[in-house]
Amino acid sequence: MAQDLRDMARRVTPGMSLALPVDYAGVSMAMTRPLIEHGAGGLHLVCVPTGGLQVDMLIGAGLVATVETSAVSLGEAGGAPRFNDAVRQGDIRILDATCPAIHAGLMAAQKGVPFLPIRGLIGSDVLANRPDWRVIDNPFAASDPVALIPAIRPDVAIFHAPMADREGNVWIGRRRELAAMAYAASETLVTVERIVDRSLLADEMTAAGTLPALYVSAVAQAPRGAWPYGLWGEYASDTDELMRYAAAARTAKGFAEYMAGFVGQEVPA
Amino acid sequence: MSAALPREILICTIARLLDGVRHVAVGASSPMPAAGAMLRRALDDGQRPVRLSILGSVEHNFFTNGSAELFDSAGQGRLDAFFLGGGQIDGQANVNLVGVGDYPQVKVRWPGSFGSAYLYFTVPRVILFREEHSPRVLVDKVDFISAPGTSAPGVYRTGGPVALLTGKALFRFDKARPGFTLESVHPGHDLDEIRAATGFAFDHAETPAATPAPDTATLSLLRGRVLDELAETYPAFAAEWRSDLAALTREGSPA
Repeated sequence: MAQDLRDMARRVTPGMSLALPVDYAGVSMAMTRPLIEHGAGGLHLVCVPTGGLQVDMLIGAGLVATVETSAVSLGEAGGAPRFNDAVRQGDIRILDATCPAIHAGLMAAQKGVPFLPIRGLIGSDVLANRPDWRVIDNPFAASDPVALIPAIRPDVAIFHAPMADREGNVWIGRRRELAAMAYAASETLVTVERIVDRSLLADEMTAAGTLPALYVSAVAQAPRGAWPYGLWGEYASDTDELMRYAAAARTAKGFAEYMAGFVGQEVPA
Repeated sequence: MSAALPREILICTIARLLDGVRHVAVGASSPMPAAGAMLRRALDDGQRPVRLSILGSVEHNFFTNGSAELFDSAGQGRLDAFFLGGGQIDGQANVNLVGVGDYPQVKVRWPGSFGSAYLYFTVPRVILFREEHSPRVLVDKVDFISAPGTSAPGVYRTGGPVALLTGKALFRFDKARPGFTLESVHPGHDLDEIRAATGFAFDHAETPAATPAPDTATLSLLRGRVLDELAETYPAFAAEWRSDLAALTREGSPA
């Protein structure tokens, strides 16, 4: 395993909150193994806005205290087995949300404001179980209740992207939730398929989809670093591998056996 | 061409429910709604543009502002239709995507509420879709309300449920009552079976209509263009569908 990935994992300390992206946006699966080996536990995961394989693996490895999410699943491969089991056993605290509420919380942090209002939610048990959320009367109109979502400020955001340049600028294309995570988080750790010599900001075509190095704490190269997830514009998801995991991780023992062989990067056939 | 598979009748029903939409979105892990939306778009080709957003798809996703844009566009009134599933759906159209038992330590945990607690309020035509039609899914009262079917007067709500489609039948939702009315029964099923499989009370005609099967032109569009489009986002589902079609051809008669 690359030393730079291990070094990035060391920035995570016990009890931190980690923002992790939805399965199709660019999950840094390459960081999963280093995070588990580093072993910082008691983590509060913020899924942006839902979680999958990486979240399930971190839970299975016993590193997670709280999951704040709109959902956790393995998509076509079915339910997330270690997450589901941990909820049933009461091993983790679950903060159920809805996707736009997670986006609103990150947006509030991005703006440096304490909260954002959002529509919906009223009358749901999602809202009823979130004492940290509020409902107020819209001060600009008569009898219009509206839900408020407090700012979400993760300690660390971690994601995978196609490329970065030597200055630490990262190309995220149109996956703007990756920027939202980075704006909101204190630190952002990024793995990339490749590091390019040209400046991504020198060309307007790439500059428009670039997250400036201002928001990026560290970058490391990890080819096929989203596998078994796909990476937009680069490679597709490996559904067979996700299904292999889903079957293996039904039990704690099966999970441990699977993880023994999982290095976080695709092993050439 | 061989007769329609049960799932093809469902997909064609979904396409019918989407008649007239300008923009429809499909969530993650929803191959049949995606296929129905793709069929709608294919049927309307050259007449009216149907925009389709499939979360998780590269090809069928025109958003450039990340995963928040779907919700923002719904909040702006730019999204006409959306699909919701549900581990449990009750007679008031409340939807539970969280789990069975006492929250939070539920006995059975499902993925979670996704965008339901927002989109159910902001999308005018929400179609409830759940293939399993059984008393454990269609319950009298859900264990957890991910999203409520109706709201108190004064709560901002431009959207909500219009229909419930299952593997056995199609219901319409009346928000004034509120409650479901059986609209049609799929081929091979009957009212007694629907009654036994539904955990909530619903209105129905003495002899409910049968859900229509697709015509040959629609079926060939579905098995050609739509199946090809679907394979990009839902490869496993598409492969299974193709293998069922191949089996149908080998048998030489519909299953």
